[in-house]
Amino acid sequence: MAITLAQKIWAEHVVRAASGEPDLLYVDLHLIHEVTSPQAFDGLRLANRTVRRPDLTIATEDHNVPTLNIDKPIADPVSKLQVDTLRANCAQFGVRIHSLGDKDQGIVHVVGPQLGLTQPGMTIVCGDSHTSTHGAFGALAFGIGTSEVEHVLATQTLPLARPKTMAINVEGTLAPGVTSKDIILAIIAKIGTGGGQGYVIEYRGSAIRALSMESRMTVCNMSIEAGARAGLIAPDQRTFDYIAGKPHAPEDFDAAVAYWKTLFSDKDAKFDVEVNLNADELEPFVTWGTNPAQGAPLNSNVPNPADIKDDEARGAAERALVYMGLTAGTPLKKIAIDTVFLGSCTNGRIEDLRAAAEVVKGKKIASTLRMLVVPGSARVRLEAEAEGLDKVFIDAGAEWRNAGCSMCLGMNPDQLAVGERSASTSNRNFEGRQGKGGRTHLVSPLVAAATALRGTLSSPADL
Amino acid sequence: MEKFVKHTGSALPLRRSNVDTDQIIPAVYLKRVTRSGFEDGLFAAWRSDPEFVLNKSEYSSATILVAGVDFGTGSSREHAVWALQNYGFKVVISSRFADIFRGNSLKGGLLTVILEQSDVEAIWLAIEADPTTQISVDLESRSVSYNAISLGFAIDDYTRWRLMEGLDDIGLTVKNSASIDTFEKSRAGYKPATLPIRG
Repeated sequence: MAITLAQKIWAEHVVRAASGEPDLLYVDLHLIHEVTSPQAFDGLRLANRTVRRPDLTIATEDHNVPTLNIDKPIADPVSKLQVDTLRANCAQFGVRIHSLGDKDQGIVHVVGPQLGLTQPGMTIVCGDSHTSTHGAFGALAFGIGTSEVEHVLATQTLPLARPKTMAINVEGTLAPGVTSKDIILAIIAKIGTGGGQGYVIEYRGSAIRALSMESRMTVCNMSIEAGARAGLIAPDQRTFDYIAGKPHAPEDFDAAVAYWKTLFSDKDAKFDVEVNLNADELEPFVTWGTNPAQGAPLNSNVPNPADIKDDEARGAAERALVYMGLTAGTPLKKIAIDTVFLGSCTNGRIEDLRAAAEVVKGKKIASTLRMLVVPGSARVRLEAEAEGLDKVFIDAGAEWRNAGCSMCLGMNPDQLAVGERSASTSNRNFEGRQGKGGRTHLVSPLVAAATALRGTLSSPADL
Repeated sequence: MEKFVKHTGSALPLRRSNVDTDQIIPAVYLKRVTRSGFEDGLFAAWRSDPEFVLNKSEYSSATILVAGVDFGTGSSREHAVWALQNYGFKVVISSRFADIFRGNSLKGGLLTVILEQSDVEAIWLAIEADPTTQISVDLESRSVSYNAISLGFAIDDYTRWRLMEGLDDIGLTVKNSASIDTFEKSRAGYKPATLPIRG
């Protein structure tokens, strides 16, 4: 029978299937961090259980860590306790950890791929909803809650109901200045925050094939913002080349590639739903509201809720405009920004930093705003410094920080103040996401950089 | 886990859609390493408004939350479930839940019930007209009833059984360790391992 890629990977990981029960699925790689794991380790201790496969588990510190003064003890005692708890748990249960100051520390979804641990055909989980990022390699990767983290630690498996599958076909060619971030923001605006609920999305089509691995990660990363727990892209030569030479690339690379080449949706496979998007028509895209589906092309205006037919969506838009302090009809490009945040598991990789640096090189950011550049991992930071990107950003007037989730979720000291407005390369524009009362516009790294220079939402074409 | 068979209580109307887990509990409240005490972070930003429904005395004893569509989107934080439970909620009703939140809730014994949006709106009207309206959520008969109205809801047999018995998922899986052992023997040698550390 013709099946989809997601179904193929699923079938290869079923440990036990029984009628009337969820499938028991094997987990190839379990990523952990300080915020969603302490209660799981406590559960293990209470039940006198161990970590079944420490050799398939890896931890890093990312959500909660400061991006300044990382050589000093963490100032916030509650944050410090959480990080110390992770370190103690990893020591007790024999789990590999990359702590603050280590060259492999960083955002968990940046660390997995750069170590070569993320490979096609794997099942990958983490107590973080952006685990979908790893789907860019043709892996089935999804976020889990803390009870599930404990389940995976104890058994290396999860009982799960089979998801439905959705194909999103993006055909055509992106215009200059349009990026993978614009593709995914446009997809979310089209299908809504609940559109992918219950599905694994497979991104297909010529525009997806043409993307670099890091750009593919940006697309898969935000699958969850469309409601899908996982999103993936069939691996190809670009995927294999990216993994080759990484620390954990397979020793028998040829055997692995032979298997990876079998990972695609069969020609006649039927998806439960198919969605089509024309890449030729895409423009730089930004959000104006408080959920990721409330987005529009940068060249348009803040929408008028009265024009929205659906009652629920109209009410949400009215509330969002009040929270965002915006008036219907205002050109998006007239919106003045206070803070530009370049970073996160969505857009904190080396290609993102290179793209933004290219725009700001030799120029100065607007005097009315601050710009934070937070590399996704310590390795990305080192790589950027080797290329002189740190100097480009600092010379332009931006702040060059250490790696972590930082202002994406405002759990560490990097937060927006009440009423402060950001252009952020992250993934969520929820109320208060980047700090209580903060207002977030989601943008691509190119738009972030151009906005930093002009002070209002802008694309490089406006410079 | 506490068994869930039937719960009767008053309900609180949360007339908002797309309530993401950052609204249910903001990130700054996630620093604790315990499973309790998260009630102070529940809807923290909205609670500073005295008019917010959670602050209204007529709903102070509510144990059932009736929310708008797409409840629990965003972050996978199970703290959102804990915050609702720590505050005293036993059931959340909505016309659509985000996948991860729903999974977390059913693991932890917070029953999430999916009803048609029109039924959710009818419940909102009833509990706004009379905040003492008692709502019964019966997992055995898979039904929600209030006043003279009874509504069926769907939940898969396995999850229903696990909740009604209060069973620990990990314990159930451990019973199948032999299947896991067998599966592991057949795993391909080129699959990566995190240990020993290479490179």
